[in-house]
Amino acid sequence: MAENKINNDIVKEENLVYKKTDLLTDKALSYCPGCGHGTAHRLVMEVIEELNAQEETIGVAPVGCSVLAYEFMDIDMQQAAHGRAPALATALKRLYPEKYVFTYQGDGDLAAIGTAETIHACNRGENITIIFVNNGIYGMTGGQMAPTTLPGMKSSTSPYGRDVESMGAPMKMTELVAQLPGTYFVTRQAVHTPAAVRKAKKALKKAFENQKLKKGLSFVEIVSNCNSGWKMTPIQSNEWMVENMFPFYPLGDIKVPEE
Amino acid sequence: MKDLRLMKGNEAVSEAAIRAGVDGYFGYPITPQSEVLEYLMLERPEKRTGMVVLQAESEIAAINMVYAGAGAGKMVFTSSSSPGISLKQEGITYIAGAELPCMILNVVRGGPGLGTIQPAQSDYFQAVKGGGHGDYKLIVLAPASVQEMYDFVQLSFDLAFKYRTPVMILSDGAIGQMMEKVEIGEQKVRLTDAQVKERCPWATTGKDANRERNIITSLDLDSNKQEIFNHKLQAKYKEIDKNEVRFEEIQTEDAEYIFVAYGTSARICQKSVELAREKGIKVGLLRPITLFPFPHKRLLELSKQVKGMLTVEMSAGQMIEDVKLAVECSIPVEHFGRLGGIIHSPEEVVEALEQKFL
Repeated sequence: MAENKINNDIVKEENLVYKKTDLLTDKALSYCPGCGHGTAHRLVMEVIEELNAQEETIGVAPVGCSVLAYEFMDIDMQQAAHGRAPALATALKRLYPEKYVFTYQGDGDLAAIGTAETIHACNRGENITIIFVNNGIYGMTGGQMAPTTLPGMKSSTSPYGRDVESMGAPMKMTELVAQLPGTYFVTRQAVHTPAAVRKAKKALKKAFENQKLKKGLSFVEIVSNCNSGWKMTPIQSNEWMVENMFPFYPLGDIKVPEE
Repeated sequence: MKDLRLMKGNEAVSEAAIRAGVDGYFGYPITPQSEVLEYLMLERPEKRTGMVVLQAESEIAAINMVYAGAGAGKMVFTSSSSPGISLKQEGITYIAGAELPCMILNVVRGGPGLGTIQPAQSDYFQAVKGGGHGDYKLIVLAPASVQEMYDFVQLSFDLAFKYRTPVMILSDGAIGQMMEKVEIGEQKVRLTDAQVKERCPWATTGKDANRERNIITSLDLDSNKQEIFNHKLQAKYKEIDKNEVRFEEIQTEDAEYIFVAYGTSARICQKSVELAREKGIKVGLLRPITLFPFPHKRLLELSKQVKGMLTVEMSAGQMIEDVKLAVECSIPVEHFGRLGGIIHSPEEVVEALEQKFL
């Protein structure tokens, strides 16, 4: 077997093309290989680093796959009960109006058990950022049907596919909150390609910068994959997401503040 | 000069909170405690002290707002009445699990279910034995007057921050609604963010370069660590049991029988003691002021002196279990109480004593 040789001559500061942000801890991510959460985490932390806001940010982790987000994000964080993250963020922002406050929630957390907290935080126009990672399934508990699971999509609690007649249709929470006067910026992004990642980061940065403008709530959905829950390889899951998730959850800005 | 005012118990809590320099209140309307929120909205504490007041979308949201505020080191509280307190139990167990200081007021009404809007003491078990899931306790204070509703606000926060634990004021619809003379205290200045950082180095006040990040959570997937944490909590409750027992005694010196009653029932029993003594029955009253920790030591001492104890509660008999445990079942302990939101009369209490013991 050929020996892998690393050319140490090129490992130099001036040749550096990418460096993990210091705001991500060195702990190995608990997410499955291929999952979009890792990229989404990185983008959030890069944005906070670019805003030089480590000291000025309080994050809220949900229940779900990202329950341990605080293990990976090197900022002060609170872990919320299932669905309650927007209520926590509300109080944090009211008590610390000058801090950046964000929630990082999955679709079960935000669109099922936390529907009331989500809608009302949006309706009050809380000056916070909600990051909503939508992969159409409950990942952490092992692939059960979520409010966002597509019609006909199989999961462990819809083993014959989601039957809309008896199980309801998937919810488009992002379109729903865009209707509320309290939301200022509402957008849907993805992190499956370099181009999508760049766009998503721009949207996230805007969503955080908006907090300084004090105009209301910014809501960033990230449509993502769950290769484990969907029982696919990472590549298959991304292809399936493009073919099936994106037509139902189209990417792009939904509510943009008037300049 | 003393600042004396005629106030409802619920209003006294709100005024006391503003005066104590509380940072935030998060509530939801329910009878018979809505005056807490109404008074705060009317008083504009955001102008008086900078205190935040928010009407949440539900009791669940309100208690989770309290979790966050407490996790960020601020003095925060919520209030509700029985059905609403049931909804808050999720948040309360997370608060206990994350060891956060806060105050929760329960202006108890009769249950179960939607029950009645009239006063009751039927939430004793829920308040004293935990309430939500997991091994935890709250410090529980039982006011018997509007003045105590006022005074216990400051006491709650003192205890909550001393032990990093949630404190419940277990009141009832009678004390919440009735008006009495209250002596109002001085206005305290709210802590600055810098003072909060100093008082609560563990809180999520923003990670600066001088410390590791702070995390507020009740989660530990490692059972070995969780067990260690559980023991730590239990040790804290032992410490509280050792240091914080509060009670009041009335005419117990020569008593042959003792009423054990808290809150509204204790007020009634004061009159019952008088009535019984007029009849020549030597009765005293022990009023627990803290329900957890419970005055078990004093009750055990009294059990050597008296022939029997009558617990008087506006419930089917809940505190009686703690009294029996306290006296190690060495003397007869009986219960009397009206249910469904009915307050017993002093005469009914004396009659019960006569029927059960004489």
